[in-house]
Amino acid sequence: MSVVTDKSNASVKDTQNSAKEDTKKVVYETKDLNLWYGEGHALKNINLAINENEVTAIIGPSGCGKSTYIKTLNRMVELVPTVKISGEILYRGRNILEKSYQVEDLRTSVGMVFQKPNPFPKSIYDNIAYGPKIHGIRDKKILDEIVEKSLRGAAIWDDVKDRLNQNAYGLSGGQQQRVCIARALAIEPDVILMDEPTSALDPISTLKVEELVQELKKDYSIIIVTHNMQQAARISDKTAFFLNGEVIEFAETDKIFSNPSDKRTEDYITGRFG
Amino acid sequence: MKYVDSTQVQKKMGSRLMANNLAKTLFFLSTLFGLLVLVVLIYRVLKDGLPWIDIDFLMNRLSTDPERAGIWGAITGTLWLMVVVAPVTMLLGIGTAIYLEEYATKGRISSFIKTNISNLAGVPSVVFGILGLTVFARTLDLGSVVLAGGLTMALLVLPVVVVASQEAIRAVPQFLREASYGMGATKWQTIKNVVLPAALPGILTGVILALSRAIGETAPLVVIGIPALLIPIPDGIFDKFTILPVQIYYWTIDSALVAEYANLAAATIVILLLVLFVMNSIAILIRNKFQKRY
Repeated sequence: MSVVTDKSNASVKDTQNSAKEDTKKVVYETKDLNLWYGEGHALKNINLAINENEVTAIIGPSGCGKSTYIKTLNRMVELVPTVKISGEILYRGRNILEKSYQVEDLRTSVGMVFQKPNPFPKSIYDNIAYGPKIHGIRDKKILDEIVEKSLRGAAIWDDVKDRLNQNAYGLSGGQQQRVCIARALAIEPDVILMDEPTSALDPISTLKVEELVQELKKDYSIIIVTHNMQQAARISDKTAFFLNGEVIEFAETDKIFSNPSDKRTEDYITGRFG
Repeated sequence: MKYVDSTQVQKKMGSRLMANNLAKTLFFLSTLFGLLVLVVLIYRVLKDGLPWIDIDFLMNRLSTDPERAGIWGAITGTLWLMVVVAPVTMLLGIGTAIYLEEYATKGRISSFIKTNISNLAGVPSVVFGILGLTVFARTLDLGSVVLAGGLTMALLVLPVVVVASQEAIRAVPQFLREASYGMGATKWQTIKNVVLPAALPGILTGVILALSRAIGETAPLVVIGIPALLIPIPDGIFDKFTILPVQIYYWTIDSALVAEYANLAAATIVILLLVLFVMNSIAILIRNKFQKRY
């Protein structure tokens, strides 16, 4: 009797697990997003659903709107004064474009890593502790723990643990970028946006950041804009191809790179333009 | 057939070189003129004033007797004036600059305000004196005390601080602001923790230059009604006072009556120049030390 029950339980668990695999939770859903810089129509009818705990790559030629799109996801794009947006972006089911949505709230859950490493001209420790401090954490012991955990998370702890009080500008470009990633981890975000994070780095630093992204996807959802198609192919689960402000194709990365359904995607990834 | 004919070029070479030398000489002479005037000025002041400077001259009160007269009153008056001018200009000036650069939406109104702040810097100082006289000395009934003079001077040098602070704030790279906003910081947190520390050297330079201008100004305080002969030493911001340039002004006028007053004026000028020289050097040092670290 008992044996039978155990077996049936196990099989139920198995089916649940496989169901989970198939239907991952959506973290960002973009619906009919349009964006203008003054008169210029930069994003046209974007519809994308981005899954939890995946790496989503956004590729496309310069000026296709990929950076604009990722900056819309944490409303950083609003720093441009002439910008106009219509449509909806649902983050965990809530429309972040609503006036009532506090950007400070949003950006606490959605961290960002920028194109050029941009540490503050402060010590490495203060760089990492900056986020927790602005959110009200004052306890030195807790801050110490956050700093170590974040630096370990960004695989830079061993490089910098003996010089936490030195200025972050003394580090190499690749180290600076990993400190910036650690800084983003320190606010314990849910999503990490990366806007061409390796474009200013040498190949070895690039490789380290790529490995890091693979590691981070276990705990975070990552959206990464990249100019480098090999990078997208290496590290992402899904890829969106942008062209002239439109999403031409959005699918599994394997499919995009082996069997794209749109001619323009094929032309781009085979290097015929862009 | 070449377009550039070398014989033609050779022919004109002489006159071209001559024009070059002429220009060089003319510009050198213009520079020399300014330098010469400065040297003559400093020589005369030093010759007339230096023998009169001693510890008594610095530490004595004012007196009608040139042998006993000192500038301690004017020195403390200048210090008290700074006690009012420095905090008022810093608060108002840096506050205005932060508002205009960080909070105000860029548009017609903010550019209108900015233009007018620059215009304000061009208003003659005597006009500020009249403003100070009517508003602070008379309407608020403060009289010609340190507070009234200090507020007037603060308004006079405010545009200098605003413009310098605006430039310093604008020079802070946008990517530092983005890094801070990206972590959910509010505008004020970003300004306080990122923008101001990075802009501080530029702001300080502006503040020091503004203060050194305030120390050297005469007209507004004469209009407010600083007494020509003030024996007591000021003790606070509600006391009557005098400052170094005003003392120079009165002594120069009265040198028609007592010839030695001209020497006292020259000696005071030496002290004033020394103070200004030190302040400007500090401003330059700060600027050089903190220049561009990104």
